Amino acid sequence: MFKLYIKHSKGYRAQALLTPFFVAIEALIEAMLPLFMADVIDRAGGNEASSIVSSVMNKIVTYFEGVFPNVHNVYVYVYGVIMLLLAIISLFSGVISGILATNASSGFAKNVRKDLYYHIQEYSFENIDKYSTSSLITRLTTDITNCQQSFQMTTRISFRAPLIFIFSLVMAFLANSELAWIFVVASPILVILLAIIITRANPYFKKMFKKYDALNLVVQENITGIRTVKAYTTEPKEDKKFAKASDEVAMNSKAAEKIIALNSPVIQFIIYACVMVVSYLGTMMIVRDHYGEGSTLYLFITYAIQILSALMMVSMVFMMLVMAKASTDRIVEALNEVPTIQNPANPIYEVKDGSVEFRNVDFSYVNDDEKLALKNISFKIESGMTVGVFGGTGSGKSTVMSLIPRLYDPTRGEVLVGGINVKEYDLKTLRDQVSMVLQKNVLFTGSIKDNLRWGNKDATDEELIRVCKLAQADEFVSKFPDAYDTHIEQGGNNVSGGQKQRLCIARALLKKPKILILDDSTSAVDTKTDALIRKAFREEIPETTKFIISQRITSIEDSDIIIFMNNGDIENIGTHQQLLKENDIYNKIYQAQTKGGR
Amino acid sequence: MPRHVNYRVKIDHPFKILSRLMKYVYKINTYKIILVIILLIVAAVTQVSSMSLLKSLIDNVVPDLLANPENMTPLIVILLEMSGLFLVSIASTYAYAFIMVFITQDTLKILRDEMFYHMETLPIRYFDSRTIGEVMSTYTNDTDSLRQMISQSIPQITSSFITIVSVFVMMITTSWILTIVTVCSVFLMLIAIKIIGKRSSTYFMDNQIVLSKINGYIEEMIEGQKVIKVFNHEQEVKDGFDELNNHMRESNYRANKYAISLMPIIHNLGYVNFAVTAVVGSILAFSGFGGFTAGAFATFLLYNKQFTQPIGQVSNQINFIFMALAGAQRIFALLDEKGETDQGDVTLVNVKEENGNLIEVKEVTHHWAWKHIESDQSVRLIKLCGDVRFYDVTFGYDEDKTILHDISLYAKPGQKIAFVGATGAGKTTITNLINRFYDIQKGTITYDGIDIKKIKKEDLRRSLGIVLQDTHLFSGTIKDNIKYGKEDATDEEVYQAAKLAKADQFINLLENGYDTYITGDGGNLSQGQRQLLAIARVAICNPPVLILDEATSSIDTWTESLVQEGMDELMKGRTVFVIAHRLSTVRNSDAIMVLDHGKIIERGSHAELIEKKGIYYQLYTGAFELE
Repeated sequence: MFKLYIKHSKGYRAQALLTPFFVAIEALIEAMLPLFMADVIDRAGGNEASSIVSSVMNKIVTYFEGVFPNVHNVYVYVYGVIMLLLAIISLFSGVISGILATNASSGFAKNVRKDLYYHIQEYSFENIDKYSTSSLITRLTTDITNCQQSFQMTTRISFRAPLIFIFSLVMAFLANSELAWIFVVASPILVILLAIIITRANPYFKKMFKKYDALNLVVQENITGIRTVKAYTTEPKEDKKFAKASDEVAMNSKAAEKIIALNSPVIQFIIYACVMVVSYLGTMMIVRDHYGEGSTLYLFITYAIQILSALMMVSMVFMMLVMAKASTDRIVEALNEVPTIQNPANPIYEVKDGSVEFRNVDFSYVNDDEKLALKNISFKIESGMTVGVFGGTGSGKSTVMSLIPRLYDPTRGEVLVGGINVKEYDLKTLRDQVSMVLQKNVLFTGSIKDNLRWGNKDATDEELIRVCKLAQADEFVSKFPDAYDTHIEQGGNNVSGGQKQRLCIARALLKKPKILILDDSTSAVDTKTDALIRKAFREEIPETTKFIISQRITSIEDSDIIIFMNNGDIENIGTHQQLLKENDIYNKIYQAQTKGGR
Repeated sequence: MPRHVNYRVKIDHPFKILSRLMKYVYKINTYKIILVIILLIVAAVTQVSSMSLLKSLIDNVVPDLLANPENMTPLIVILLEMSGLFLVSIASTYAYAFIMVFITQDTLKILRDEMFYHMETLPIRYFDSRTIGEVMSTYTNDTDSLRQMISQSIPQITSSFITIVSVFVMMITTSWILTIVTVCSVFLMLIAIKIIGKRSSTYFMDNQIVLSKINGYIEEMIEGQKVIKVFNHEQEVKDGFDELNNHMRESNYRANKYAISLMPIIHNLGYVNFAVTAVVGSILAFSGFGGFTAGAFATFLLYNKQFTQPIGQVSNQINFIFMALAGAQRIFALLDEKGETDQGDVTLVNVKEENGNLIEVKEVTHHWAWKHIESDQSVRLIKLCGDVRFYDVTFGYDEDKTILHDISLYAKPGQKIAFVGATGAGKTTITNLINRFYDIQKGTITYDGIDIKKIKKEDLRRSLGIVLQDTHLFSGTIKDNIKYGKEDATDEEVYQAAKLAKADQFINLLENGYDTYITGDGGNLSQGQRQLLAIARVAICNPPVLILDEATSSIDTWTESLVQEGMDELMKGRTVFVIAHRLSTVRNSDAIMVLDHGKIIERGSHAELIEKKGIYYQLYTGAFELE
């Protein structure tokens, strides 16, 4: 946990390290000022000043009484001025340490957030599949806020409390070494008890965060699907679902905090026990040895309380750390997630051509030989060909294609692009050259231009229009009042499914890839437009290898070659005419589709 | 999205928010709060009395023992008394801490619940203008900001307040002049709190806002993470994140900087106050002004110390309070958001027919009627048939940008009405008006002759089955998702619906069949599979009116042809509104409306429109393209 703090406080370490220095000054003064106050009160009441600063102060007061013989109560001025000075020093140290601590902690939070977010960007598809969006959001916000608070506390209090503790313990030993041993015994007992509380509470905190993710998920799903909720008038049902989720968060928080609630009574118990023991032993000691008088006992009890309240502050830091621990663990978990797909050591930066070859490829999403999504796939595609990939839902069409830009790595066998194993390419190079339009496509908040420029951020307006024309999107875009500057809402919800798909294709084309993969990317586009897109592809980008995944045979019948997938296997491969002849199922489907279609 | 260059965002009426929040906490936990106050008093009393016992131990028992070492009884008695008090103190502290846990968590829970319940009533418009993550942030970051305040700050302030008031009374009775001196310096502290607090709180507000923006950004980007990967767009996304993150750090730093500086300032002003009071007091005591004695002077100094200490403790909580205020403002903003209005009083009831008369019954009969209570309290039942009519309907999402112009149309019970037209022509908008996702600006829509504004929204929507363009699934099993709209559906009904939608085939191939758990909006299901589930989901509800908005767009034509059979079955006897770009899907409609720029430009049956040789004919023959 501290490793995390140290590692990610980069750039703010000076502040983090300087903080304790000023905290020390502030703490020291703060430990002393009450003594001065006590002295003044003692003296005002006509008693001897009895604190540890009194002996020094007595000398100073005596000196000034010599200087100003006519002034009454000189001690008040002396104490007053010294206190004022100390207060000013303490004030500035306090402010400086506070500013340093916040600077360091907010900087730390920024760093962790950045490092974690950057790390998530390295995640492969497999890694992404593992985490839910809501859980990653919690990690990046709530969890980091928790850590930040504990970091701030740690830099401030964790130095202050031990200082006061040591300061008081030394004083106690100076006053009476025999009684001081009580604290030496009591402190570890307190620490152990607190440690027990912490370890017992921790699992509940962990659970609480899991429930937190679940709650987040309900909210997220409800906002995303608000139309569905309203259409089905399932608000009461969703309310119940949410109440259950929030209840579980509350229950686990309560379970954890109920244990934490033991904290103060335990500390009180130890303090009171010490007071009792000190009272008894001290009294006996005074009576037995005629050592000191009643006020010695008082002094001692004061120390007892001071020592143990210093420990209490330490325990507060502990508490913060416990809460932060669960959060830290979650952050570290995400940070330590090893991207399953990484750049090779000596990557190749050039893709020669758009040829693709699969050699005996097996693939399983769960790394289980029993659950293969692809079985022994082999085929070879020349550069520039148009390839139709056809098959029923769940036949493995998308899976095969996702191996080409290395979104996943095959479990066995090799995938070659341009004659070289995809694992040897620089990832960025490979994915720039292999442009894939995903089935579940997303547009982002921003203008149409912004979205298109994902493909190439330096693209000129002319280029944008060119690719949009290729993807048959220019016509509808230019009809929008703001044309290419039209604002797209989150998820692209303000354009139709077909429009979204065409914008996504245009975006992919902007990359000028050697290989283009369309994963069912024209399903919401009408057949005519679909045909126009394919025609444009043929004419405008003939050298690009094009993979078209589709469930409509009409979309792929004019391909150079068709891969017919079935159940993770290649059922047949060949031209449309060949498949019609050789494959009964294909033939039947074709008949069914053309009969039903226009 | 405009960036805030200015980091300072005002918290409106902080005291109003604070008092509203307190009222909330009080309302939820009335008894517990009373108990907590009692426990706080018990703890204070035991603390004071144990100190006085200690004093008597030192002042009386020890000297007595010194004089008479044999008599241990007083020592033992006083120790026993002390331990008794200590036990009470420990017990009350524990009870207090224990109850606080419940107060805090219950408040947060109820707040979250109320927010959610309220959110569910908000109109679609509310969601149109916000990113998902921004709204989510209210439930997490903003609500969390209240935790520390409720569990620590409020009790701290309460007990401090008790102390301050009681000490203040003591101070006045001791010396009014010194009281003035003390009050003056307290006034200074308050000014410091006000100045710094004002700066700090604005940054805290900004902090919560940026936090919600970050939340929104992360949510959107992680949902689209795969697209980011495919486009090598990591760097740009990182840059966008950095911008927000740096802003976040800046406002966080500024907010906390001021808040944390306040602690040492207040603390040390306390010491300064003590020093000044001591000097003034000493002069007073010496001059004997107003009968002020040395003894009173000492006592007053003690009070002064007790007076400023709790103020310092309160200042320790100040950053939590500001943060909570910022969070609370956002929470209340959500709670104050105006919900969907519903003035409808016509409800949907089960009926049975007896001798040609409709009679309302409690049990499920699968026959429905609209129940209308007339002004003279007489009840009128109108049989639910599914007759939908538009009279000169005009609508725009913005007041000044009209999407639909004077649309009039009718759908008789059992008819299938199709809408064709380019995107943006207003097809989806029309369906959004029938179920009152949006309210029309001009004209009337009637359902079985009743103005839909008079129908209770819930019942109106219950009578309409909708398959939306984007299928949204919920985390849960496949079965849960199919019976989403009909909680009490039997397994048999679920299988029936799935079979009808031709979804059972792929479901059976899933690892756990109907009990397969799906998360994250359907995750690994293809778009087509999700649409099949959506069709099954609507089929099970058995609604009299169906709205199919591109319901089969992602389903391949082969599967569609299989589904078609089921769809035909589903549509039998129902009024159906279909939006589809595949004209094959709409061909057998009773009436086809061709929409263009919010106007119906052609209408008629397939045969009529072909005959007419207009736009539809051109579309159909491929001479003209949609979209």
